[in-house]
Amino acid sequence: MPRVRVTVDGTVQEHEVEARLLLVHFLRDLAGKVGTPVGCDTSNCGACTVLVDGVSVKSCSVLAVQVEGSDVTTIEGLATDGRFHPVQQAFHESHGLQCGYCTPGMVMAAVDLLSTDPDPDEQQVREALEGNLCRCTGYHNIVRAVLAAARTMRSDAPAEAEAPATPVGGQA
Amino acid sequence: MTATQDAPTRWVGRPQLRREDARLLTGQTSWTDNIRLPGMLHAAILRSPMAHARIVSVDVSAAQERPGVVAAFSGADLAGAWSSLPTAWTVSSDMKSPSHLPLATDKVRHVGDGVAVVVATSRYAAADALEAIDVEYEPLPAVIDMEAALAEGSALVHDDVPGNLCFTWREDHGDYAATTTGDDVVVVRRRYVNQRLIPTPMEPRAVVASATPSTGEVTIWSSTQVPHFVRIFVALNAGWPEHKVRVIAPDVGGGFGSKLDVYAEEVILPVLATRLGRPVAWTETRSENCQATIHGRDLIQDVEISATRDGKVRGLKVDLTADMGAYLQLLTPSIPLLGRYMYPGIYRFEAHTLTCRGVFSTKTPTDAYRGAGRPEATFVIERIMDELAAELGIEPLELRRRNWIPHDQFPYTSVCGLEYDSGNYEEATDKATDLFGYDELRAEQARRRESGDPVQLGIGISTYTEMCGLAPSRWLGREGYVAGGWEAATVRVTLTGQVEVVVGTSPHGQGHGTTFAQVAADALGVPYESVEVVYGDTSRAPMGLDTYGSRSLAVGGVAIVRAAEKVVEQARAVAAHLLEADPRDVEFEAGTFRVRGTPGEGRTIQEVAGAAFVAHDLPEGVEPFLAATAVLDPETFSFPHGTHLCAVEVDTETGFVRIRAYVAVDDVGTVVNPLVVEGQVHGGITQGVAQALFEEAVYDDDGNLLTSTLVDYMVPSAADVPAWTVDRTETPATTNPLGVKGVGETGAIASTPAVVNAVVDALRPYGVTDVRMPCTPERVWRAIQGGTQ
Repeated sequence: MPRVRVTVDGTVQEHEVEARLLLVHFLRDLAGKVGTPVGCDTSNCGACTVLVDGVSVKSCSVLAVQVEGSDVTTIEGLATDGRFHPVQQAFHESHGLQCGYCTPGMVMAAVDLLSTDPDPDEQQVREALEGNLCRCTGYHNIVRAVLAAARTMRSDAPAEAEAPATPVGGQA
Repeated sequence: MTATQDAPTRWVGRPQLRREDARLLTGQTSWTDNIRLPGMLHAAILRSPMAHARIVSVDVSAAQERPGVVAAFSGADLAGAWSSLPTAWTVSSDMKSPSHLPLATDKVRHVGDGVAVVVATSRYAAADALEAIDVEYEPLPAVIDMEAALAEGSALVHDDVPGNLCFTWREDHGDYAATTTGDDVVVVRRRYVNQRLIPTPMEPRAVVASATPSTGEVTIWSSTQVPHFVRIFVALNAGWPEHKVRVIAPDVGGGFGSKLDVYAEEVILPVLATRLGRPVAWTETRSENCQATIHGRDLIQDVEISATRDGKVRGLKVDLTADMGAYLQLLTPSIPLLGRYMYPGIYRFEAHTLTCRGVFSTKTPTDAYRGAGRPEATFVIERIMDELAAELGIEPLELRRRNWIPHDQFPYTSVCGLEYDSGNYEEATDKATDLFGYDELRAEQARRRESGDPVQLGIGISTYTEMCGLAPSRWLGREGYVAGGWEAATVRVTLTGQVEVVVGTSPHGQGHGTTFAQVAADALGVPYESVEVVYGDTSRAPMGLDTYGSRSLAVGGVAIVRAAEKVVEQARAVAAHLLEADPRDVEFEAGTFRVRGTPGEGRTIQEVAGAAFVAHDLPEGVEPFLAATAVLDPETFSFPHGTHLCAVEVDTETGFVRIRAYVAVDDVGTVVNPLVVEGQVHGGITQGVAQALFEEAVYDDDGNLLTSTLVDYMVPSAADVPAWTVDRTETPATTNPLGVKGVGETGAIASTPAVVNAVVDALRPYGVTDVRMPCTPERVWRAIQGGTQ
């Protein structure tokens, strides 16, 4: 069986895996990162979204062997020094989650969006999150949260240049 | 200084941020699929690819030889380990409740019906081994169309249910026929189809079971709304003592009624764990969720309304044909009937007649889906009011105003005999029309019609009410339901002055941990932060009837208030003893007991709790430990209401519908947490809009579910819906001390007809009087081309 070495939330994970093992099952069953859930089997729902080398990826649509040598950030690695990432903070303050099952993927997709477009308008947020389904919130407060996080991150960016908002290792 | 003095006067009414969020936002979650137990095995279920077939043979021997496989069983292998899955509601004396074993033995009756199970050391190995199971099927004709199923000569889903007829129902309030006669009477008839939906919580169902064969103890973790129901019914089904069964509903990722059930896997998994002496886990795939977790709605609704020419409604006649699917799940037959009191809506009818036929088909069973009968009823009344308005040439909002119950006539007994305690339809509607800009939008609509704009504007109205807070036990008993409708709460104040509130409801996104703490903090005058809410585990919260029907606050929340009142009375006796006063002279306010007329000295409830715990000096007849349980059986229902207004732009060249504006003004009584209430309304509206525009479970003629993945079943994304404008009026319920009514289902109940009314309103100049849901571009385009469908 192939051996895969991946950095997950800052910790090196090295495991022998079946070639067919999905990244999301690598994370959940071998790396112990059960914070990233599975919501479908056709990569429609986006609940399993993580960042691979800083870019959002649906971890059910990638094999573990494909991310050999990469740096993976899950929802569990987003907060730093016990403090919410601004996107997490905004989801909390805007009531952008109810049952919370879509939340890890929704937050990671939003982090990716704001890393490429720090000032999206409402429609751009809606379109950027099109690949992440939520059944509880009607998206209203999720969109509000992402717009609020964008404002926070723009205002924080110069002041906190030493501490990047997104705790991601490498870049794609 | 005590913490009490830091507390604000009231926690109820504050937009308190949810304490649930921190875990959910950082992945510290306990979804059932996250559970890892030593020696845990994984189960996979082989499901029928055919809608209807006789099972000739099932051979699992080759699967047993596959790598990692520990055991494999056919339905026949395990038939002695269980009995038929439960149906909790006998709706009529003629109801047929055919056998429904956790794994089929004689026939399969829908695509997704379970026939065998494999247990292996990993989920991949279990899934692999399914293909090694050899099942010989003898195909039988699929039974798909409800009316064809009832017709002579149809294949039978159950050999012992003639005509596929599950039950018949009829009830008459007043003399409907008499309302249809007279020179000035108009009768409007329509057929509506409330299409089949797939509830689609984002978390698929999952079950983990472990057993200790030596003691007979069984623990079941399940992604369920109803751990107490699961405990009772699994114990009965497998023949285990109820008190040996513990059911835990950990974090549950949405339910919407689809997890208000007792499923085959909730029996299969503990049976396997007991047999194998090892924990066993199972999580459904999304395709399994589409095929083997219940569906919602699926009714043909034939409706007639009679009214006078000048716009006074008189009678309403509703004939329902309801698809049960292949089997009766927990509440299947009751769902179409749960809405039966709501067909007359908020209007003053003289007569109402309703009939219903429940029909078996070779499709996935139906059961509760957000609103459960009430969205279906609201759809009919709000659609037919628009059709009546068009027939009479009266503006649809004006027709509603002429017929609804004026606010000074509450309490009002509806034509069905139900007493609506409170409401103010005028206020909600006035607020909604102002926010919406109703007159301006009507003017724009006229301009677009005048100019022949290819993009037409439509305005849809839904002035709804609903009944929630299920339910008075006495009423449920009369209705043929096997259980009650009470709810339990225990309030404990610990030695250190912390408050534990144990509730029998079981949330899955509603935020009970936050909102119930707000309720308890006010009732005891303690800081919100000192209150912890415990739920979702039958060993920690053994008494309860769980979460559905917008009942958690209206029933469970009131139970918390009652338990807190008992605690305060116990504490008053202790405080009086400590203050050397008569209990009758001791007042309790903002968490402190004081002797009337002696403002200085007092004892906080936390101090009293300490004294009650150590019990060194308690008055005669007072037991140690400040704690009380209340079990609340509601006396009646609560009746949220509101006005939803929707404006759509319909591209008449493509049939595409865009929601331009949506305003909801709901009256859910007293609001405990506005953030949570608004979130519930947003989500409910979106689910109702999804029914109107996007979603439908589609079967082909052979009974294959064509929408068995999220590729085919169109759950809307953020890009498919707009922002919602949500506001409220607050008319407190008079039937409970909190004044609350319930909010979990209002949005889904109100929004579907608002959207379809808007689509039809846009197209009325084209001769369109209905568009079947979902109003896809193709259907809308065809309606425009063909006029009336």
